[in-house]
Amino acid sequence: MNAQTQFSGGFRNAPVDASHAFRAAMTVMARPGEIRDLTGAEPPAPLSIAAGTLLLTLCDPETRVHLAGEADTEAVRKWLTFQTGAPIVAAAEADFAVGRWDDLMPLNTYRIGTSEYPDRSATLIVECDALEQQGAVLSGPGIKEVAHLSLPDIAVLTGNAALYPLGCDFFFTSGTQVAALPRSTQIRAEG
Amino acid sequence: MVEQTDKSAEARQAWMGVLARAPQDALMALWDGLQLNPTYEWLRAPEIGGVMVRGRTGGTGAPFNLGEMTVTRCSLLLKDGTVGHGYVQGRSRDKARTAALVDALMQTGSADMVRAKVIDPLTMQMQAAKTARAAKAAATKVEFFTMVRGEDQ
Amino acid sequence: MYVAVKGGEKAIENAHAWLAEERRGSTDVTELSLAQIREQLSLAVNRVMAEGSLFDPDLAALAIKQARGDLIEAIFLIRAYRTTLPRFGYSNPVETGDMACDRRISATFKDAPGGQVLGPTFDYTHRLLDFKLAADGEVAAAPEGSARQEPTPHITEFLKGEDIIQDEPPSDATPGDLTREPMEFPSNRPLRLQSLTRGDEGFVLGMAYSTQRGYARNHAFVGELRIGKVAVEMDIPELGFAIEIGEIELTECETVNQFKGSKTEPPQFTRGYGLVFGQSERKSIAMALVDRALRWEELGEDNLGAPAQDEEFVLSHSDNIQATGFLEHIKLPHYVDFQSELELVRKLRREAEERITPKEAAE
Repeated sequence: MNAQTQFSGGFRNAPVDASHAFRAAMTVMARPGEIRDLTGAEPPAPLSIAAGTLLLTLCDPETRVHLAGEADTEAVRKWLTFQTGAPIVAAAEADFAVGRWDDLMPLNTYRIGTSEYPDRSATLIVECDALEQQGAVLSGPGIKEVAHLSLPDIAVLTGNAALYPLGCDFFFTSGTQVAALPRSTQIRAEG
Repeated sequence: MVEQTDKSAEARQAWMGVLARAPQDALMALWDGLQLNPTYEWLRAPEIGGVMVRGRTGGTGAPFNLGEMTVTRCSLLLKDGTVGHGYVQGRSRDKARTAALVDALMQTGSADMVRAKVIDPLTMQMQAAKTARAAKAAATKVEFFTMVRGEDQ
Repeated sequence: MYVAVKGGEKAIENAHAWLAEERRGSTDVTELSLAQIREQLSLAVNRVMAEGSLFDPDLAALAIKQARGDLIEAIFLIRAYRTTLPRFGYSNPVETGDMACDRRISATFKDAPGGQVLGPTFDYTHRLLDFKLAADGEVAAAPEGSARQEPTPHITEFLKGEDIIQDEPPSDATPGDLTREPMEFPSNRPLRLQSLTRGDEGFVLGMAYSTQRGYARNHAFVGELRIGKVAVEMDIPELGFAIEIGEIELTECETVNQFKGSKTEPPQFTRGYGLVFGQSERKSIAMALVDRALRWEELGEDNLGAPAQDEEFVLSHSDNIQATGFLEHIKLPHYVDFQSELELVRKLRREAEERITPKEAAE
């Protein structure tokens, strides 16, 4: 383990970088289907820049993070620990989970909140090969008429939306790009 | 970096603790006296934050959250690749930076010199202050005299 | 109903300017430095740290200066500041058994190992105003004895051997944090202790006093009271081990309470616990009494309906910042609310008069 990897790749100017990143994360969550650039962090492989930047922006010692599948490497663990202090936990306890869709599943492992505190639920950061504004048809809050977004599994995500106001929220990341899908969005297959 | 042995971890624990608790003025005076100006780059620039202090019910039982304290921390990298961490009580970025530099140098060939000029004198100053308070406390310790009472005769 | 009304900006600005001037007081008098407040008003500083829930004597001194000595306002400032701090983590529980004691007394055991150490106490002063302080505050150095090097053991440890006092078995359970999760009832002892240690001293004192006067009396003795410094240790993930990150002054009080036993517990002594930032003796004793009163259920005692046994009542009203926030907001403009109230009362009055008048006419 090279010390520089663990300690480097954080925000250069944390207040400014984190504010830009937070703005991007908030915008895509508020406007499902929109794709934005998200940069600032240089995380160890296999994390994408967008996923690493999200983790630095959203995590601290009080957010429990689950690393799924190949995202769970010694390098990622050490990097996340130094940069955010976030404890690394199993899927069922996570506030945030990061990994590829197949590694993250099944979705019913994650917390979906309670009727008193729907916010006590997990947010999944799904690493994708590409993000495109095509595929599933999205409608609901934050979308004027309809939006389109490439989603990994429409059936599972529709099931999640049906739990509203409970359920998980999703970021999709690929390279330096991010999109999001809150539980409040209605999903239809293209057609 | 070489994996730290338990013994070196224990030694580092000891000097980092001294640096954290040291009065800022005392630490800065000793550090400035060294006239060292090592080149370094930030891994984590000094940031001020809080640590939630815990106690235990009844002093020995289940933990509970007592309240926070201010802490300043930073991490830096010397030219030779040594990483130094500073975690100090209070809100002084300067103190945190100095503590991280001392922590880094304590892992290099300068360790003996830094120990003799910074860590040892700080430890002694702090021990002296602690002993002075303990001495005043000792002077307020009650010495009971047992009186002979009439009805017991 | 709340309606935003603009205006008064100039008046507010000028009020702030005058506040600053009044805070300074007469410029014929030397300005107070933060170091003076920290060193010479240290018990006020301690109270602000305890109830502000942030150990930082310099910040507490600043808050007291800014608040013109209004301690609740100063606590408010500290609470507001602490919400801006990133939370680096949680310390390991402090070891009060290793405390470097400035003061350590027991009302139950005269000959406790370590002795009765009075420390810098008001207890045996005559409470007569000392007019010498009005002239000048020069004092001679306090006498010194032979410093104790070893830690002073807790007094309850001695009772434990006899199995006559309820035990506090260690645990590593993660306690809830009321600064992070809203309080829910029923609560638990760790959350109650967190709430009490940051609660208003006057409120906690009043609650404790009510138990002494007979509202859920629990016959408390101060088993031990100790004041001094303890080291704070935290695990540092990037190091892989714990280091000391500082040293704080604490007051710890443990009461020993008479207990006749219940359906679930044998007759024995039970305990109440108080632990407070700084030298905060009255607060820690009061905390221990209220802690004990709130433990009625786990000890199988009867609920006598006393206020100090009602955890929802105690915990919901102990926080002086919540209390003062809600109390003081009623002096802020409620013009529209009041307008609608006025309309309502006028209407009711009109209707009442109409009901009376025709009757009179008929007579």
